[in-house]
Amino acid sequence: MSAKELQINLEFSAGAELLFGNIKRRKLSLDGTVKWTVASLLKWMHANILTERPELFLQGDTVRPGILVLINDTDWELLGELEYELQPNDNVLFISTLHGG
Amino acid sequence: MDNLSLQKQDIEELRSEIAKLRAALYTKEQQLQDLEQLHAQQSGNDPDSAVVQQEHEEKAEVHTHLTNDDIARFSRQLILPGFGVQGQLKLKNSAVLIVGMGGLGCPAAQYLAAAGCGRLGLVDYDIVERNNFHRQTLHSEKKEGMSKVDSARIALLELNSSCQIKCHTRLLNSLNAFSVLRAYDVILDCSDNVPTRYLLNDACVMLGKPLVSGSALKMDGQLTVYNYGADGPCYRCIYPVPPPPEAVTNCGDGGVLGAITGTIGALQALEAIKVIVGLGEVLAGRLLIYDGFSNLFRNIKIRSKRPNCHICSAEPLIRDLIDYELFCGMHATDKDNPLQLLEPEQRLNVFEYQELQSAPHLLLDVRQPAEFEICQLPSAVNMPLAEILDDSYVKRFSSQLESKEFPIVVLCRRGNDSQIAVQHMRNRYPDHSIRDVIGGLHAWSNKVDNGFPIY
Repeated sequence: MSAKELQINLEFSAGAELLFGNIKRRKLSLDGTVKWTVASLLKWMHANILTERPELFLQGDTVRPGILVLINDTDWELLGELEYELQPNDNVLFISTLHGG
Repeated sequence: MDNLSLQKQDIEELRSEIAKLRAALYTKEQQLQDLEQLHAQQSGNDPDSAVVQQEHEEKAEVHTHLTNDDIARFSRQLILPGFGVQGQLKLKNSAVLIVGMGGLGCPAAQYLAAAGCGRLGLVDYDIVERNNFHRQTLHSEKKEGMSKVDSARIALLELNSSCQIKCHTRLLNSLNAFSVLRAYDVILDCSDNVPTRYLLNDACVMLGKPLVSGSALKMDGQLTVYNYGADGPCYRCIYPVPPPPEAVTNCGDGGVLGAITGTIGALQALEAIKVIVGLGEVLAGRLLIYDGFSNLFRNIKIRSKRPNCHICSAEPLIRDLIDYELFCGMHATDKDNPLQLLEPEQRLNVFEYQELQSAPHLLLDVRQPAEFEICQLPSAVNMPLAEILDDSYVKRFSSQLESKEFPIVVLCRRGNDSQIAVQHMRNRYPDHSIRDVIGGLHAWSNKVDNGFPIY
């Protein structure tokens, strides 16, 4: 692993993967020379891997209502949401909320 | 058309008209009932509520010992450390309300009745249909057309005749929710739509009742307990804003396996039992996510109470139940909500398409391949909506798109996705003859070809 890469894991659950080429788990190597927050990660995802209608994932600068974001299995609201600074080997999980029964 | 098929068509039309009138009448009767009850409550003259109260008190006779039959019947759970006689008595004295007698509600009710829950309330407005059987396992073939709560009640009483079961055959709304929920200790959200989830949450917060919330779709399930314990969040703490309607998929559109709803429903029964008995660690402040595809269970920590939550904080902004369909911009059922995206001249009815069938045209069926495999019209080409929206169709059908006059017809299951597809295609080809079929394959089956399968 290059010292200039920030490696993180992305995961999608309960249908959120359908917006990202139906891939549930990805390893990302981001440019490690700059600071990465969840906000900049969302922009990167939009530009690089979001394949379906963006409005089903994003609303303004943040995720749309009904998608939970977990960082290392903890609700991102407990960690500063968009401002959270990504650390090496962080696991970022996006979950669509289900309503069916 | 000959005389016989004209008659047949008349019969079908009358049947469908009568069904619609019955449904409208039923809705009005429910509205009247709810309004009368509200009026009586507010004018301080509430015979109905007094009866309910009395009934509840009668039923709420407190059991202080187990019968020999109880002991024999529940022996395998009585010997469980932490459950025991006291746990069984608590269950026997408990009342649980299950909202939605579908894929989640059936197994949840089944395990609660079997475990010896004393009183169960069942809420559902709907009737049993054939497409329910694969997952709604209390409803059996002979009960097609019966109300779901009556059907479930029969099956549950066969399982445990001493369980008291109250049927609430109605759509829950802000007028009737309190009077239905009040008599129960724990509420199970086994519903299938967003407005009902907010309604149940708000009513449970106001009445101080724990809400065991399950949901399932395709191969995934989710489960948590809201409004439980000092720090336990409510649904609004986690989801202060409802999702956009276009982001919500129901089981009728997305599909679901019965073993998935069965798994989550059984776990809802387990959480209800734990809440009642005071056993184990209740799943509050945590969300269980179940991925049936890989058979992975995962527990994630969700936030605790939101200090400025509109409903469960110390200073709530919402002090009474609201109009949840308006709040969510969605209906409180998972029934068809027809879209209206296109102008009338951009659409064909099924008879117009029938006439066009013999002429040269391109028929694009925009359903998923798995749905296309179930049934399709002759000459239809499968082009899933996603491939329309990412413009893959432009290259594939370049020859058909050369002429503006060449008719292109877009078809789907019910005439919603086909409108999205036509709208997208018309943005690029505004003057082409691109139209969709109103009502899709369902309308085709209902009006043109009764032999065409419906799913």
